Amino acid sequence: MNAGSTARTFLAPVALGVLAIALWQALVVAFHVEPFLVPSPFGIAGAFTDGASNILTASMATGLNALIGLAIGAVSGVFVAIMANALGFLDRMLVPLVAALAVIPIVALAPIFYAMFGAAAETGRQLVAAVAVFVPMYLNTLHGLRQAEPVHRDLMRSYAATKEQTNRILLIPGAVPYVLTGLKIGSSLAVISALIAEYFGGPAKGLGRAITSSAAASNYTVAWAYVLGAVLLGAVFYGVTAALESFAHRRRSGR
Amino acid sequence: MSEARIAVHVDKVDKIFTSRKAGEVHALSDVSLDVAAGEFVSLIGPSGCGKSTLMRLVADLDSITSGEITVFGKTPEQARKDQDYGIAFQQAGLLPWRSVRANIELPLEIHGWEARDKKERSDELLELIGLADFADHRPDQLSGGMKQRVAIARSLAERPRLLLMDEPFGALDEITREHMQNELVALCQETGAAVIFVTHSIPEAVFLSDRVVVMSPRPGRITEIIDVKLGERGEDLREAAAFYDGVTAVRTALHGETPAGARGVENR
Repeated sequence: MNAGSTARTFLAPVALGVLAIALWQALVVAFHVEPFLVPSPFGIAGAFTDGASNILTASMATGLNALIGLAIGAVSGVFVAIMANALGFLDRMLVPLVAALAVIPIVALAPIFYAMFGAAAETGRQLVAAVAVFVPMYLNTLHGLRQAEPVHRDLMRSYAATKEQTNRILLIPGAVPYVLTGLKIGSSLAVISALIAEYFGGPAKGLGRAITSSAAASNYTVAWAYVLGAVLLGAVFYGVTAALESFAHRRRSGR
Repeated sequence: MSEARIAVHVDKVDKIFTSRKAGEVHALSDVSLDVAAGEFVSLIGPSGCGKSTLMRLVADLDSITSGEITVFGKTPEQARKDQDYGIAFQQAGLLPWRSVRANIELPLEIHGWEARDKKERSDELLELIGLADFADHRPDQLSGGMKQRVAIARSLAERPRLLLMDEPFGALDEITREHMQNELVALCQETGAAVIFVTHSIPEAVFLSDRVVVMSPRPGRITEIIDVKLGERGEDLREAAAFYDGVTAVRTALHGETPAGARGVENR
């Protein structure tokens, strides 16, 4: 990538963002828009810096739940996909279950988990995130395990490799880029799920709870500042997993 | 030929593929062939003549419909399990996440070789294919010819008495191809392995082989087996009259007649 195209790649969206924020600020000031409708960007920025330590604490709480959910969902999704790929009947058994998980809004499970584990415990929120992450992890891993080229399958057969060896040497390493794509998709879902789950009650210390309670207390600018915190948290999760994914793809290029 | 001297015995083999789309495809019909230990046999013919299928049956990558195949007196399945053959395909089929060395060691790893023995053997093979300096490179850093050399080293890793090769040089340019053919001839003289070599290049088949098996499609069958008695293989041979005679004989068998105004060697 040369300097010119780098500038276009990064400067163009930044310029658009600056322009949008300026326009937003101008409109709010010019028309005296009330903060409960739309607060001004500078107002949000002020609330964000004033409450930075609270927002950081809340982000850590929600982020930890999202991270634990991501880990549980990722490990179980990959594990179940490997099992399903090895055992055809398991794959067929799981099709309707995974389809169901893919279409129901996972956060709807939050009140049920709260009833099971208690709303005070973080377990329910972590499980919501884990279930949300499981689906893309499972589907992507399964897809990746099925990408092995015929010549590689023939080779493993000619070596009389066992199923376990074929999995370990050929299928699982071949699925890694797909697993990481699943992780990237799952990372956003984990943050969203962990955050929205807090809307359903419990004395949560996280961002979701902070947004609802600030809004309920008419601190709209503060609520927006927490939303900004949520955006940044989501961006961190997405950025780290996307970087992992592109690193893995670069290592595999030229296949 | 006595039992011990026969590497591969193919007796009245039929192979019928059944698919929902195409129905029944008669890939091989009444194919019989013996390959002696240490003999180099090429299978040649147009697409769809079953030459790759025949090799895959010997390798136990597909199973026969009727007839019998034995490899060193065993069923193909037993021979595969005993690792009696090494195999190479048109695609090098290297695992892209493994180094050149780890790719060559793949069969050794699967068959539980000790680390020290693996290292020793892969060192030998890297030396043999002239890629010792590339041991730690990844396949995507190699040229097509280098990848194919690695694939051939991998097929030789366990010193098989039989090599099965399915157009291993098919994707290479002509210069690399001739170079690889010279190397393969040297390797075979060194190891004394029998080779079944699938190709659709007439000069390649003639240059490499003791015998050329000419096949034709629909249904796939052997139409002629040509003895090529060229003796010592070397670069001079490519220009020798005997070589052109062999090429003409194979071409005649393939086309059923001598082409008018026989030209030189076609490229593929």
